[in-house]
Amino acid sequence: MSTPVADLLAVYPESPPVDLARTLDLAGYRWKAVSSASEASSHEPASGWAGAVVACDVDAEGAWAFCSALRRRELAVEPLLVLISGAQLADLELRHDLFDDFCITPCHPVEIETRLRHLFARGGGAVRPDLVQYNGLVLNLETYQATIAGTPLDLTYMEYELLKFLAQNPGKVFTREILLSRVWGYEYYGGARTVDVHVRRLRAKLGEEHANVIETVRSVGYRFGQSRWSA
Amino acid sequence: MLDQQRDYVLRTVEERGVRLVRLWFTDVLGNLKSFAISPAELENALEDGMTFDGSAIDGFSRVQEADVLAMPDANTFEVLPWGDSKSVEARVFCDIHNLDGTPFEGDPRQVLRRNLGAARDQGYAFYVAPDIEFFYFAPPEKGQAPVPLDEGGFFDLTTTDVSGTLRKETIRTLETMSIPVEYSFHEDAPSQHEIDLRHTDALTMADSVMTFRLVVKEVAAKHGVHATFMPKPLEGVQGSGMHMHFSLFKGDDNAFYSEDDPYNLSPIAKQFMAGLLHHAAELTAITNQTVNSYKRLVPGFEAPVHISWARNNRSGLIRVPVAKRGNPSATRIEYRSTDPACNPYLAMSVILAAGLRGIAEGYELPPEADANLFEMDDSSLTKLGIDTLPQSLSDSLKVMERSTLVQEALGEHIFEWFLRNKRNEWRSYKTHVSQFEFDRYLRAL
Repeated sequence: MSTPVADLLAVYPESPPVDLARTLDLAGYRWKAVSSASEASSHEPASGWAGAVVACDVDAEGAWAFCSALRRRELAVEPLLVLISGAQLADLELRHDLFDDFCITPCHPVEIETRLRHLFARGGGAVRPDLVQYNGLVLNLETYQATIAGTPLDLTYMEYELLKFLAQNPGKVFTREILLSRVWGYEYYGGARTVDVHVRRLRAKLGEEHANVIETVRSVGYRFGQSRWSA
Repeated sequence: MLDQQRDYVLRTVEERGVRLVRLWFTDVLGNLKSFAISPAELENALEDGMTFDGSAIDGFSRVQEADVLAMPDANTFEVLPWGDSKSVEARVFCDIHNLDGTPFEGDPRQVLRRNLGAARDQGYAFYVAPDIEFFYFAPPEKGQAPVPLDEGGFFDLTTTDVSGTLRKETIRTLETMSIPVEYSFHEDAPSQHEIDLRHTDALTMADSVMTFRLVVKEVAAKHGVHATFMPKPLEGVQGSGMHMHFSLFKGDDNAFYSEDDPYNLSPIAKQFMAGLLHHAAELTAITNQTVNSYKRLVPGFEAPVHISWARNNRSGLIRVPVAKRGNPSATRIEYRSTDPACNPYLAMSVILAAGLRGIAEGYELPPEADANLFEMDDSSLTKLGIDTLPQSLSDSLKVMERSTLVQEALGEHIFEWFLRNKRNEWRSYKTHVSQFEFDRYLRAL
């Protein structure tokens, strides 16, 4: 069976039930057990956790604290599957935002596997819609932060907005007028030169190595990344 | 839009672990002022501004009310690229308001905003690109003449290495702070350098000049070197100017460009130039605001002396650079008297006001003066109707105080304060007995 999700799942607690571990292994999931939310943060892979499976039957209080920490982060971890015993069902009350699905233990391995597969199918797999990535440039749309080759790129608000718009539409050519109206809004005064000024500023900040990610298309405008028609 | 900007700033402070936010503003003389707040106060500052006592700041004090309000301009929020990575600092430029929310009359940034607003009402956006010159010296001793790095002995490395390193590091820092550099080079004088910035709208550029001066000094100081924007620090070699390239845009079109003119100058450009020439003497106290400024404006050192214009004549006040062919947006004029010790907000304000006056009144541009004016005697210059710029701070102030144009451009508050402050400067200079006088008179008389 092929790996359903290439990225890493966080599993709680640190020594998860043996059945759960075996089920995940057999289903081909890559996972790492962690003892706390802070450990989850320090062990988090660069691309973020692909999801989490939390077993509540050993330490319910710790498990729910773990869930809520993962959900309260700027980039909430999802999908999140909890395993609880029938006696703990009442705990689900008022915690709907802390999990995406649950299994009642003891449960059949096929049930865990099926529920996980459904969760990933619904969530579009491990794809994070709030990250825009292109050749080492990463924009986190939720935190407004940009990094280039892992180093923070400090941008002013308008520089960030322009880069975001371009990076979300790679390969497409935009005229200055379109960029002005889409990024600055129609009420902005100053003309299309403003776009040139900001493109120049962005290129300077991206550094020589990455400056050409925004290409000037002669007498038309600008394009982010390779043309859709070239190889 | 404003809410999003605020969110962006607050989120960045959080994500980047910013520990201190510096609120920047500029006093009437063009000195960068700053006070720091903790990130916890930033949200409140963006919303309501920060009250502070302005009475300690030059040109801010007024008799009745000393408290003013600093309103951060969220779009200028920028993480500072120096300092240690564990305690990240950021800066944001502020507009200063009165407590009732009206623009504070003593704030140069508000003055420029008002003048740009007047241009905008006529459909114009004002673009500026400065060429800024400065010197690197050994850290100055009190009372001693400056020692250029090129004179050797100060550094183990050869001087070109040191200043080359400084300049490279300066440019890198500027570019990470949204200030793209167009050219940079070693100037003619020993230890003198020039960095030319890419054009932006005038307000952004005035902010950039303030940041620029700080960055140049910071980077130099880190290497034990003193950078100075003093207009004429060394006798006998050229001083430091800040030539400024200007253009007016109407929408996407350069209002200075015309296909039909041999120099590609539109009637608007010519009227703007005529306005600048007509009022040049009145605004010289602002563009050249120190006693020392006038030691640069002398013949023989590539600084302008005469109120004239030419396509390519280094003795003129306005030059019309050759724009690259086929690029109407590069058509511009270069104003050459300004020095880098000026207040960029006020200098751009009076220059814009003079140019707009030329357009409003339809001033006629005098003929081009392409001869070397330094070689002509006074009577031939008079015949051509070519005047000289004021010869001293005192002369400049006398012309300025009669100028309603400058008074309107600056506003009553700054106009009065500036004249008072600068007359004092002139008075204390006048009482100074210089080495020149000892050398010339002590034994002879």
